[in-house]
Amino acid sequence: MASFESVEVKEGVDQETVDAVRDVGGAYKYGWETDIEMEYAPKGLNTDIVKLISGKNEEPEWMTEWRIKAFNRWGKIGEPKWSMVNYPEIDFQDQYYYARPKSMVEKPKSLDEVDPKLLATYDKLGIPLKEQMLLAGVEAGNDAEQGERKVAVDAVFDSVSVGTTFQKELKNAGVIFCSISEAIKEHPDLVKKYLGSVVPITDNYYATLNSAVFSDGSFVYIPPGVRCPMELSTYFRINAENTGQFERTLIIADKGSYVSYLEGCTAPKRDTAQLHAAVVEIVVEEDAEVKYSTVQNWFPGDEDGNGGIYNFVTKRADCRGDRSKVMWTQVETGSAVTWKYPSCILRGNESQGEFYSIAITNNHQQADTGTKMVHLGKNSKSRIVSKGISAGFAQNTYRGLVSMHPKAKNSRNYTQCDSLLIGDKCGAHTVPYIEVKNNSSRVEHEATTSKVDDDQLFYCRQRGMDEEEAVALVVNGFCKDVLQALPMEFAMEAQQLVAISLEGSVG
Amino acid sequence: MLKIKDLRVNLEDENKEILKGVDLTVEAGKVHAIMGPNGSGKSTLSYVLSGKEGYEVIDGTVTLNDNDILEMEPEERASAGLFLAFQYPVEIPGVGNMTFLRTAVNAQRKARGEQEISATDFLKQVRERAKSLQIDSEMLKRPVNVGFSGGEKKRNEILQMAMLEPKMCILDETDSGLDVDAMKLVAKGVNSLRGAGRGFLVITHYQRLLDHIKPDVVHIMANGRIVKTGGPELALEVENNGYSEILSEVA
Repeated sequence: MASFESVEVKEGVDQETVDAVRDVGGAYKYGWETDIEMEYAPKGLNTDIVKLISGKNEEPEWMTEWRIKAFNRWGKIGEPKWSMVNYPEIDFQDQYYYARPKSMVEKPKSLDEVDPKLLATYDKLGIPLKEQMLLAGVEAGNDAEQGERKVAVDAVFDSVSVGTTFQKELKNAGVIFCSISEAIKEHPDLVKKYLGSVVPITDNYYATLNSAVFSDGSFVYIPPGVRCPMELSTYFRINAENTGQFERTLIIADKGSYVSYLEGCTAPKRDTAQLHAAVVEIVVEEDAEVKYSTVQNWFPGDEDGNGGIYNFVTKRADCRGDRSKVMWTQVETGSAVTWKYPSCILRGNESQGEFYSIAITNNHQQADTGTKMVHLGKNSKSRIVSKGISAGFAQNTYRGLVSMHPKAKNSRNYTQCDSLLIGDKCGAHTVPYIEVKNNSSRVEHEATTSKVDDDQLFYCRQRGMDEEEAVALVVNGFCKDVLQALPMEFAMEAQQLVAISLEGSVG
Repeated sequence: MLKIKDLRVNLEDENKEILKGVDLTVEAGKVHAIMGPNGSGKSTLSYVLSGKEGYEVIDGTVTLNDNDILEMEPEERASAGLFLAFQYPVEIPGVGNMTFLRTAVNAQRKARGEQEISATDFLKQVRERAKSLQIDSEMLKRPVNVGFSGGEKKRNEILQMAMLEPKMCILDETDSGLDVDAMKLVAKGVNSLRGAGRGFLVITHYQRLLDHIKPDVVHIMANGRIVKTGGPELALEVENNGYSEILSEVA
């Protein structure tokens, strides 16, 4: 009956969802703001601002030059217009590009020295900055694997990293996990070698912008043969108003190593839109494996579509070595506009890329998201499972590219792309691009579109669930394949989010 | 237990009367059967009682233990103790049968202001009740009704009934799509829930289910009304002579 018991764990998770919906009782729960003294760079963007950001981070000259090169490039290219999203033109000169709490000017040496207001912020968000064990399971008596688990956290508040937990323990394992600003100073050789090697500064408008003005982010290096002893996570919080957040994450998994990395994001409710343009680069060497999971819950804007985060993000993994493996899992519930395509370059022979995605849009949210699987190596494999859910007046687009290059012989891709509609004023769109340039590869694409069925809802309600509980249950069922791909803590959070994001979508 | 008085119901959107004044009282601890030809309004009655959308009650009252249920949402009726075993149980992909059951049990408990059931108690109860319906742990793990055979679906309905412990159970053509063995299993499940002040309304075309679930009272429904009421012998009469004879008799 062992397998039977393991089902029990998931039972508990579902109950959590239901409880969460009840407790929260309405909409976005991270919309509060921390009242803290901030230091801003002047509004607008020019070479001086770029130099100022570089200076604030005490960067070496090569880094400043890198940024300026990016800035000059940015001035010459235009915003991408091909996605199915509409938003008013962004005035890039009417933004702050750097904001940090005044208490962070003198960088605290340890978490004990961090401003209690900042610590309280993360505490309120439920992010453990104390080096304590995380209790993963909700029910007592879970099996050992689900028991106590450690997660190291890098907390980024507006433009700066507040602190990183478990550094010593990670160091003993040889793992480097710190803010990218720290890595630029402490590990310049690694940063020089890898930064921009997956997403070059010329990549696209937002990535180029990010390269010029990124203020902080996380850096991870896992040495050869090391299995990272705990899960790593970065928690991004935008607090300041009119401030763009541009974080840069660089993850390097050296030969035969393994790491699971989690990313979470929230922001206060505001009626003006805010820009978030991040870049994540992952390098996966021979026989290494990286799992990257995101629960994106930026403020989605209000019911009428005012405010919210514009989330223009470039994420890419380069599977350089043979048999290297990367898995992207994303749960996108927030943001007013999402433009995001976590991709895999499958360069190594027998390398593998996986992409699991849930994108939920409600009210006036718009999401254009998907992935790119670029097969370059022989016998490379990729799998895409995308679940798009639209409610209210939202538009949800899956956009994906599967490309089999001439040398990628005997490669395979499987894509499953399902859309679920709630109500009759929302839209779901699927735009798959498939290029096959050899004759031994196989590409499969399956797509479905369905509506939440009245009969399903009635069945649930006849058994005692109210309408929102019923919708949450049905939608969580629809997303199951993806939720299962998430680490335990995230799966719970994601299930709750699914329920919360869809509140008010029925009845 | 369940009191239906002069219930008149239209199909919404169409001005078509489906129930034309139904009167029926199911006492606690009794099993009532409703038989009738196709299109007589049997299934409509079960949907109206459980609160499905698409029907307009134009007249009459329905009370469950003296509470007016027509004003209640479907989930409120459920928590008040009304259970409908569906003729066509609905598939919910990706939602494990156990998850569904436990969410339902706890939703009702919460609505009634009771404590949630503990994971261990729940598991113990499910296993015990599933076993007597020959539902194995594999079936409990599978998504609700997805890929279930006709018999599995109906047994699953009875399992839900057993777990939710309703006061008033409506079985809508639970025998449809069942072979004899499956019907016996289902009947056994239902019979084990009889008594304890629980009322049953068994809707069926055929007498054969009533061989296994012995009714106290049998009603014949036709053209939106109950046209004849009698003891178990009435079901046998239908079996032997068909509906037409009875209908011409009452016409």
